[in-house]
Amino acid sequence: MTSVARSLPFPTEVIVGDKLSISIGPQHPGSGHFRIIVVLEGDIVSEAIPDPGYVHRGAEKMCEFRNFVQNVPMLERTTLPDANGIIFPYILAVEELMGIQAPPRAQYLRIISAELNRIVSHLYWLGIYGVFLGHSTMFLWPMGDRELFMDLIQTVGGTRVTPSYIIPGGARNDLPDNFKDKALKAFGYFERRLKEYDRIFFSNPLVLKRSQGVGVLKRSEAIALGITGPNLRGSGLKSDTRKDEPYSMYETLDFDIPSYPDGDCWARGMVRFHELYWSMQIIKQAVEKMPSGPFRSRLPLLTARAPAGEAVARTEAARGCMSYYVVSDGTSKPYRVRVSVPSFRNMIGIPYLLKGGHLADVPAIYWSLDYWPVEADK
Amino acid sequence: MSEPTDFEEFLKRVVTIVFWILLIVPIIVLPLLFFGSEILQALQLLVNANSIFILINKAQNPFLAFELMDSLGQGPCIATATYQPSAGCNPTFFRIVIFPGFTFVALLTLWLGWFERKLAAKVHMRYGPLYAGRISGVLQPIADILKLLGKELIIPAKADKPFFIAVPLLTMGISAALLTLIPLSERVYVVPPASASLGLLVLFAVLGFYPIIILMGAWASSNKFSFIGGLRALHQLVSYEIPWFLAVLGVVVLTSSLDPFQIVRAQSKIWFIVPQFIAAFVFLTATLAELERIPFDLPEADTEIVFGWLTEYGGMFWGILFGLSPFIKLYVFSGLFTILFLGGWLGPAFLPPEIWFILKTFVVITVIMFSRVFNPRIRIDLLIRVGWVYLILLAVINLFIAVGLKAFGVL
Repeated sequence: MTSVARSLPFPTEVIVGDKLSISIGPQHPGSGHFRIIVVLEGDIVSEAIPDPGYVHRGAEKMCEFRNFVQNVPMLERTTLPDANGIIFPYILAVEELMGIQAPPRAQYLRIISAELNRIVSHLYWLGIYGVFLGHSTMFLWPMGDRELFMDLIQTVGGTRVTPSYIIPGGARNDLPDNFKDKALKAFGYFERRLKEYDRIFFSNPLVLKRSQGVGVLKRSEAIALGITGPNLRGSGLKSDTRKDEPYSMYETLDFDIPSYPDGDCWARGMVRFHELYWSMQIIKQAVEKMPSGPFRSRLPLLTARAPAGEAVARTEAARGCMSYYVVSDGTSKPYRVRVSVPSFRNMIGIPYLLKGGHLADVPAIYWSLDYWPVEADK
Repeated sequence: MSEPTDFEEFLKRVVTIVFWILLIVPIIVLPLLFFGSEILQALQLLVNANSIFILINKAQNPFLAFELMDSLGQGPCIATATYQPSAGCNPTFFRIVIFPGFTFVALLTLWLGWFERKLAAKVHMRYGPLYAGRISGVLQPIADILKLLGKELIIPAKADKPFFIAVPLLTMGISAALLTLIPLSERVYVVPPASASLGLLVLFAVLGFYPIIILMGAWASSNKFSFIGGLRALHQLVSYEIPWFLAVLGVVVLTSSLDPFQIVRAQSKIWFIVPQFIAAFVFLTATLAELERIPFDLPEADTEIVFGWLTEYGGMFWGILFGLSPFIKLYVFSGLFTILFLGGWLGPAFLPPEIWFILKTFVVITVIMFSRVFNPRIRIDLLIRVGWVYLILLAVINLFIAVGLKAFGVL
């Protein structure tokens, strides 16, 4: 990382020797609210420097001015496609602090909402991955099918994107009666669609040419860099918080962790593609195994005080391992909330993977890591 | 910016020279070549006072003025012409401007733009244009053009203005020039059969200007993404034109002619797509690359290099460079495919030949459009490898087949 570009304040307008530095982002069709400074030697990327921070809003600091329940809708706004998954560990940490135990039915309701959000997040990722490779159909099909699961989230939580469904003490409301029929109908359709996805995109010879052997992240490198989530599983390590440290009621459910040894863009894509299927299986089982009973222990008061202490909780969000560290000083507001997001840890892989690749592979590798700038910047 | 290097100076000088040649040749050299004798005669006659009245008479209404322009190409017309009030609108002018020339194809491309959007929408499981015009948004392209015409033409401050403005005009001119070389039938054409003996050669020669113009536009934009896009376009067009020519060469060997009319007449027994199926495949693949359509849209790859060499072009410049000109080229290349491999306007007699030609062209256009919906974009190294290795190999094999068929008198 001893770089030409880093030593300069605004490296976008600089040509040093035979090198051309271009700025992919923040105003670019191939980036989010994020910039990668790419230094090119011909068509080969000689250096890539990620430049995050464009959407930093100080979510951790904002937590200190709101009480424990008010933080729920605020924190889930950092990752809208995965709203339930991102708030899950915060709730677990707050419950540990407050000494509340959620009833078993609520545990299953949380699993259902989190897995629905995992599907929505992966479908969103798949659509953008398709358009980053220039595949227009793979952009519009997942975006259209995503509506099925947005509807299911609405059925469960009342709204499409920011349900604030998981709250300290349980879930906000019970499942409506028609959820099971609606979900099974949607899953039956979507399992057929997955085969079509495979035929048009994942088995397409040109997609294989574009993604196989591109951006290879070896197993040892992935562990050393601290990559998490589907990207780590794409490098051949079967690591998933849902299996390693089961929380909620995941230990009662039977599901598989997809993993591919290749470590390239194709493997990372296939891991997410299979996770779509397994998330549906998890929801089916959770609906079956869900006991009757209360869906929340007691209504959390806005002024609920937590005894002084600290708590850590870790779950598997759509993009990887997500953890919260919450400190309380005995008042109704947290003293400190520390968020550890998977996107930021996956971003560390960007400069290593882009280096030595072609310029045309920059969007493919960048988006195969499923980097969500708002989540990383908090 | 750092100081321009020697290479940049050199490249800029070359591009400047090419620019002036492109401007001067059509305006001065071509008229002198084709109409030199007439111009000399006219100058001689201008000395004679009587002939001036003839000229004024001929130019006194628009139709006659067109006739005057048109008759320049057909011998010593000004000197011998007499005033003919019944002549009316000249068919050659009509052919160039209305049918089957520019207006017809421009309207056709408008409709094709709508058709492509509807086709892609069907595959994508969405509606596509829906509101403009009563019937499923048929007037959407016209609404788009009106919108583009109303937009400001923004020229970047650092752009090289004459080059920047010349590129859309030259692109349009080249597309329109290609158009004149595609006849619809034995009786509907722009370039008459008598002058079309080198039709294919002229078509390829005109097409050869295209990479230079793209590079000119990319360089004039003074934008890094434009520059990368321009270089990509240059690599792509050069590596695909050679297999393209070689594929056409097979047909030329079989017919011993570069004349589109002759080539179509030679297919009265069998369409060349049967003995020349390899050439047809190579031609279609190279056409996709030539048209910069997915999977070969690298020069405009939007997620990689914003919009490639078109990044700085907006408003109607964009409308010409991305809308009108590529669709005219799509029509021209599909028409060329029809002429070379699908028997042109030949077909059963219950439909007129022009309809047969348009139907076949339309089928080819649909095939080309479909490649967009199920293919991703490929990478520049794969593209160059496919062009320079596989397609050339296939084209050479095909050429051997063609020579064999010709030598043993099969066709």
